[in-house]
Amino acid sequence: MISIRDVHKSYGTVEVLSGCSTEVKKGEVIVVCGPSGSGKSTLIKCVNGLEPIQSGEIVVDGISVAARRTNLPKLRARVGMVFQHFDLFPHLKVIDNLTLAQRKVLGRREEEARARAFSLLDRVGLREHAHKHPGELSGGQQQRVAIARSLALDPICMLFDEPTSALDPEMINEVLDVMVALARDGMTMIVVTHEMGFARRVAHRIVFMDRGKIVEDAPTADFFAAPKTDRARQFLSKILQH
Amino acid sequence: MGPLDFHVFLQPVPTGETTYLGWLLQGLRTTVLLSACAWAVALVLGSLLGVFRTVPSRALRAIAGAYVEVFRNVPLLVQLFIWYFVVPEIVPGGERFKQIDPWLQQFLASMFCLGLFTAARVCEQVRAGIESLARGQRNAALALGLTLPQTYRHVLLPMAGRIIVPPLTSETLNVFKNSAVCSTIGLLELTAQGRQLVDYTARAYESFLAVTVLYLLLNAAVLLIMRKVEARTRVPGYLGSGR
Amino acid sequence: MYQLDWSSIPGALPFLWQGMKISLEITLVAIAAGIFWGTILALMRLSPVRALSLLATGYVSLFRSIPLVMVLLWFFLVVPTLLRDVLGLSHATDLRLASAMVGFALFEAAYYSEIMRAGIQSVSRGQAQAALALGMRPLQAMWLVVLPQAFRNMLPLLLTQAIILFQDTSLVYVSALADFFGAAYKVGDRDGRLVEMLLFAGAVYFVICSAASFAVRRFQRRLAA
Repeated sequence: MISIRDVHKSYGTVEVLSGCSTEVKKGEVIVVCGPSGSGKSTLIKCVNGLEPIQSGEIVVDGISVAARRTNLPKLRARVGMVFQHFDLFPHLKVIDNLTLAQRKVLGRREEEARARAFSLLDRVGLREHAHKHPGELSGGQQQRVAIARSLALDPICMLFDEPTSALDPEMINEVLDVMVALARDGMTMIVVTHEMGFARRVAHRIVFMDRGKIVEDAPTADFFAAPKTDRARQFLSKILQH
Repeated sequence: MGPLDFHVFLQPVPTGETTYLGWLLQGLRTTVLLSACAWAVALVLGSLLGVFRTVPSRALRAIAGAYVEVFRNVPLLVQLFIWYFVVPEIVPGGERFKQIDPWLQQFLASMFCLGLFTAARVCEQVRAGIESLARGQRNAALALGLTLPQTYRHVLLPMAGRIIVPPLTSETLNVFKNSAVCSTIGLLELTAQGRQLVDYTARAYESFLAVTVLYLLLNAAVLLIMRKVEARTRVPGYLGSGR
Repeated sequence: MYQLDWSSIPGALPFLWQGMKISLEITLVAIAAGIFWGTILALMRLSPVRALSLLATGYVSLFRSIPLVMVLLWFFLVVPTLLRDVLGLSHATDLRLASAMVGFALFEAAYYSEIMRAGIQSVSRGQAQAALALGMRPLQAMWLVVLPQAFRNMLPLLLTQAIILFQDTSLVYVSALADFFGAAYKVGDRDGRLVEMLLFAGAVYFVICSAASFAVRRFQRRLAA
């Protein structure tokens, strides 16, 4: 469903992605991990075209992201994305955060959009907060709203950019639970995260990145049992000490 | 200087149709009308330019940048004289402008001058407001499939607009204060009426005192209105752009 | 169609330069006096003595609520009479320049005091406490430790305000004083070449002010780096 082929990207003279390639099949859950500054976030932002690439190709559901004729807004509406800092729209109530893109991008009618929004708020357990503003919710609640906001567009796959790293420890699990449920429902997901417990539980494959390169790309069990590179081993032992 | 005597305001003016107080109030009305119109021009044009300064297009950013540079680095008085004395001479159609009612000529020149001058300042506030939202908001909106214009319309501008209400309050006050400069081209706003009063009554202290007090009241009224606007646009739970 | 004719400018340059000197004189005096008086006002506002802080607050908000044109008119009206009474000058003495300087200085002080207040507050409380712990008296601590840092932090803003002040000096036009703009206007009026002289004046202000703001921005970046 998502194929990333030999992607290069640089800011000025600094190369942040050098020759990354991987494939994600329908229903697969991929966890991308690696030390900070290794290019993980940049890589998934390239998948929905938020970051342009200099060479290589990214194809999502048969559509080339970087191609000139590609209608990016249309493509992005089909690829959900959840950010590290939630990035809910602070001036809109929770319910309006969920209906804005449904109405403006998909052209759904107000009632239809609200019905979809409420069913998703039920799913993430926040129905009673529908009429609050984001600033009145905890970080964990905001992130669950952000997930619901993406799901409201009925995406074919979801991208998660360190969804729990800005959260207080006691809120991490409420967000991970929602993500686990989503994975069990068969959603195609690429998740950038340091949560190795989550990775073990739901990921089909682990992609390990370092300095702009994909260093390892292995089935979850293999990766944890026997990482092939020293860097991955170092990374795993450091994570444990956290 | 003798004791202050404010009875002079109740005396009729030489033409007899009103009192000196009436002149002052006419001046006040012109000041308010002029400032309000100029503020509307500044808000519309300034927001547009502010958006230009943050879009990906290099050309639009350069246009807005040049605008701000020019309008901020020439004194308001010089700009006003250029609008009033120079533009009608060198712009096609200027002849027609010079044939309309003199009051309207002065008013229009003042309104555009003050509006365009203030637009440069509003532009910078709008730009700062949008930039303070960081890339996160823009990315989040784009990731949902909103187009760039939709992102500005539904996400960036509504929030930036709320953030910049406090700095816009001081720009609003500035418009009212700067409108006094327009007395120099003969527009009979508050300051000009004050000077006319001095000429007619030789009561300089009383006249200037009255004008000063009216400006203070105007200032207080604008502050009061903007406080209301601030309270109404406040977003529950939002503590500014912290990151 | 209007025919532009720039020929009256070269001959008028000495007169315009005289005007520019007056503009710069007013600017420099107002900056120096304004920063000095503004700093005192800022200290008064932050002082624990309620009367002082109220007085300073009143002064600042009064001057910030009135148009500069109005302030200048007041000073052209009041200052000459006052100075004549005090110094016993004759009525023939031209006091417009002195009035302009006093007016600008007192007006700008209100704006400078706000900048200095923010500057003083930007210096951490620890600095003042460290100075007191070394045995300095409060005023010494302020003068030797806090103010130099506040001034440095605020230098870009103080300079930007100076550029605005330079532009505002054109408003002495209301007293018919021949500063740079007044001189340009007079020449244009005399030669029937107002259009050219106004455009020329605008261009000169633009070149000076944008060069100055460019320099301030570069300086600011150097400070930040």
